[in-house]
Amino acid sequence: TFPTHPIPLVLSSDTGKVMVKFGASGNVKPGHSVTAVNKQPVSGLYTANDKPILDVINDPASYPLTITFGRTKASANEKLMLASIFHSLFAIAAQISPVEQSSGIKELHTEKFTLRCFQTITGVKFFVIVDQKQTGCEHLLRRIYELYTDYVLKNPFYPIDMPIRCELFDQNLRKVIEQVERTTVYNSATLA
Amino acid sequence: MSKDEENKLVYGMLHSLKSFVGRISPDTSDAFQSYQTNNYRLTMYETPSGVKFVMNTSLELPLQATRDILHSLYKEVYVEYAVKNHMLSLQTPINSDLFKDKLEAFIHSKMRE
Repeated sequence: TFPTHPIPLVLSSDTGKVMVKFGASGNVKPGHSVTAVNKQPVSGLYTANDKPILDVINDPASYPLTITFGRTKASANEKLMLASIFHSLFAIAAQISPVEQSSGIKELHTEKFTLRCFQTITGVKFFVIVDQKQTGCEHLLRRIYELYTDYVLKNPFYPIDMPIRCELFDQNLRKVIEQVERTTVYNSATLA
Repeated sequence: MSKDEENKLVYGMLHSLKSFVGRISPDTSDAFQSYQTNNYRLTMYETPSGVKFVMNTSLELPLQATRDILHSLYKEVYVEYAVKNHMLSLQTPINSDLFKDKLEAFIHSKMRE
């Protein structure tokens, strides 16, 4: 809730949503987008009353104003884009290897997470995003590969290379992930 | 592949990796640190001023050790012999023999550990 204009955040609207580009306030960080203004959900760049959100925010007369921010989930298109970017990075990593005959990226480390990838003999890649301390990813990725061949490829109604919308695949995937979460041993030293 | 082409490929790859990590991460302020394949590990260290140090190592060396090496390299070799040398332009490939010698000595001392 912001009592007065101006607010300590820099907003941009180039992705079709009003997003925080710079600045932080409380829990709101860059990357969050506006989900509601004065408790009424927004649609695209307009509030529920069909006014452009940026106009409402820049108008001192509308304060005090309550803006709700949330992290937007990646849309299906964005997921496809990210996956194809990863596919190219994987291939380039194999090419710039100082040693002959390298595979592509098997693990990718950042400050906050680790990405582990498994490539099948047919070239399909499965990757998971996990915490640094997560173990047993190889096993998890192989289980996912098994589920993929069983519930997706053997499904005669599944169009090849389209986003997967098979219920049985989703159900069993959820079960496998819950199993991994249950059997993850938390090192007591790291909990402290 | 020639040195030039390889450099451009690596630079382009690092740029894409950085933006990929920023988008796919649950936290947008995340930074790419390293990746490994079945043969080698590429570690990158980026300073707040935007200078990036990239190193390819074998997998035997643990990850934290390579990050520490890159950090000490920045501190002890780059800042001392490249930045503090006012005759050097940091925008072109560094042409100083002193810098090269110090860099080799640094790497050899780390290898002996």
